[in-house]
Amino acid sequence: MSRKELLVAVLSRKRASFSKGWYKYSRNPLSVLGFIILCLIILAAVFAPYITPYPEHAGAYTNFRESSQSPSPTYFFGTDTVGRDVFTRVVFGYRFSLVLAVVVLSLSIPPGVIMGLVAGYFQGSRIEIAIMRITDIFLAVPPLVLALAITVMLSPNLFNQMMAISLMWWPWYSRLVYSITTSLRHEYFVREAELTGASKLHILLREILPNCLAPILTKMSLDAGFVITVGASLSFLGLGVQPPKPGLGTMVADGAKRLPAEWWMAVFPALAIVMVILAFNLVGDGLRDMFAVEEV
Amino acid sequence: MGKYIIQRLLQSIVVLFGLSLFIFFIARVMPGDPARVALGSLATKEQVEKLTKEMHLDKPFPVQYYFWLKSILRGDLGKSWYTRRPVTTDLKAYIPATLELILFAFLISLVIGQVMGVLAGYFRNSWFDGLSRLISYIGVAAPPFVVAIFFLLTFTYILNLTPAVGRLSLGATPPPQLTSFIILDSLLAGRFDITLQALKHIVLPAASLALANIAQEGRITRTSISENLQKDYVMAHIVYGIPTKSTIFKYLLRPSLIPTVSVMGLAFAYQLTNAFLVEVVFMWPGFSRYAVTVMLNKDLNAIVAVVLVIGIAFSVVNIIVDIVVSFLDPRVRLQK
Repeated sequence: MSRKELLVAVLSRKRASFSKGWYKYSRNPLSVLGFIILCLIILAAVFAPYITPYPEHAGAYTNFRESSQSPSPTYFFGTDTVGRDVFTRVVFGYRFSLVLAVVVLSLSIPPGVIMGLVAGYFQGSRIEIAIMRITDIFLAVPPLVLALAITVMLSPNLFNQMMAISLMWWPWYSRLVYSITTSLRHEYFVREAELTGASKLHILLREILPNCLAPILTKMSLDAGFVITVGASLSFLGLGVQPPKPGLGTMVADGAKRLPAEWWMAVFPALAIVMVILAFNLVGDGLRDMFAVEEV
Repeated sequence: MGKYIIQRLLQSIVVLFGLSLFIFFIARVMPGDPARVALGSLATKEQVEKLTKEMHLDKPFPVQYYFWLKSILRGDLGKSWYTRRPVTTDLKAYIPATLELILFAFLISLVIGQVMGVLAGYFRNSWFDGLSRLISYIGVAAPPFVVAIFFLLTFTYILNLTPAVGRLSLGATPPPQLTSFIILDSLLAGRFDITLQALKHIVLPAASLALANIAQEGRITRTSISENLQKDYVMAHIVYGIPTKSTIFKYLLRPSLIPTVSVMGLAFAYQLTNAFLVEVVFMWPGFSRYAVTVMLNKDLNAIVAVVLVIGIAFSVVNIIVDIVVSFLDPRVRLQK
């Protein structure tokens, strides 16, 4: 087989496995719905300055003549107490939520996965005991509590919030990867690699890690929702995105003070939070079906 | 079994020790002079120096930790700088309100979650199954504070059914404190009007907390019921003509409860932190609102105490879950 033929063969196999995966994923219409909603939210957040009717309302803008307007064709979600369009601010608020999820997951997954691989592979060693005990300590209280304490002590803003949540998030991955690694540790393919003299690095990264990817990916999608929940909760307490920037949690907190007469200020940002978390959960469920992952 | 529990207890103590070290470290590395913060900006330099000595702040970190641990083990959690009272006094004052709230929420979620799960599992793919699936999706996706706001808007402001804030209406005389649970106290004192009022106040915050658990428990119970329904022993019961009711409740429910119990324990402990925001929304004078307040005010002694209390609650709940699971599942019991 020539190089070109080989390439074509590999590509068509890849495409076949992709369409098989998509077939399994799309069996559940809710997963497809979640995927569509998620894509729309991401696109809206990325192109927020171009698609929102009043991009200048995302910052420190005031127009008291238009303040506290109820939803109308001019302002889909109404306006807030200083006359800013709630719809515009919700779309911009998605930017912060999505950035939070991306940053937290990309900061916390690599160390968590490495710790889990090492602890699981060197079962019975001191390294394993050290890593798993530290993991236990971080898992002893829910992430919100320590993230709250740390954000407060560092001074509240979006950056510190991201750092605090990332610090709380890696243990979940180290425990997930640890349990997979310990179960694979004595499989024949790992034994064989050991016998042929493969390096530890090769065994961990090329033999064991690929088997962890499906659960990690599934957990990532579900976790993105959780991270956004924790972030929104912190913002709700005033510990996230600082005004005048629009954070979804902050907007709900401000709007809650105006209930019930000016309900739109709290209700639409709250619905926006539910929508993005729901979308991530539906996609996560779909991935779980697709990879046939048992537990995440 | 006894040996196993002791082993678990020791493990929890190690974890709590590590947690205390971690949170103490965080509390000490933060910028700012704790003695100055504690005394306020009006204090003289001498006063600050005196307190620095008293708090051992002039000594290296391990020594500080040693003194701190020693006083904690004596039951002295220090003084809250925010409320100006000993932290233990504050905890005693605020924990019962939260305990009442989360126990009530737990009861709601237990009853509704189980009933929903069993029915949805038994009548798979019916309209009820669909409805319960919808409730579950919403319950999992909506953060408790969002649920709280929607409940407040619907039931208090639009339907006018429930009061907005607090444990009792303003001006109501609380019953004599015996258990510190207002519902129980008022029942014991025979003040049923107060009981009714307390129930009206608790139902919304409790329901906001319960929704996520109802969703989770309902789903898990549904899955395990519908899995067990297809097992041979259940089929055998049906074929023998044993009444459906006793098949469900005597033979199907018990094995199906095992996964639910493990999740429920954790869910109960999680309510403690979910209550953080729900208590803020409903101005519930409890531990979680206290926790949020002291955290926002950088009240170090109180923050450390709050984190430790939550850590202890989690450990205790986990041990109880293990015991209950081993009671339900003889395989687990005999293995250990």
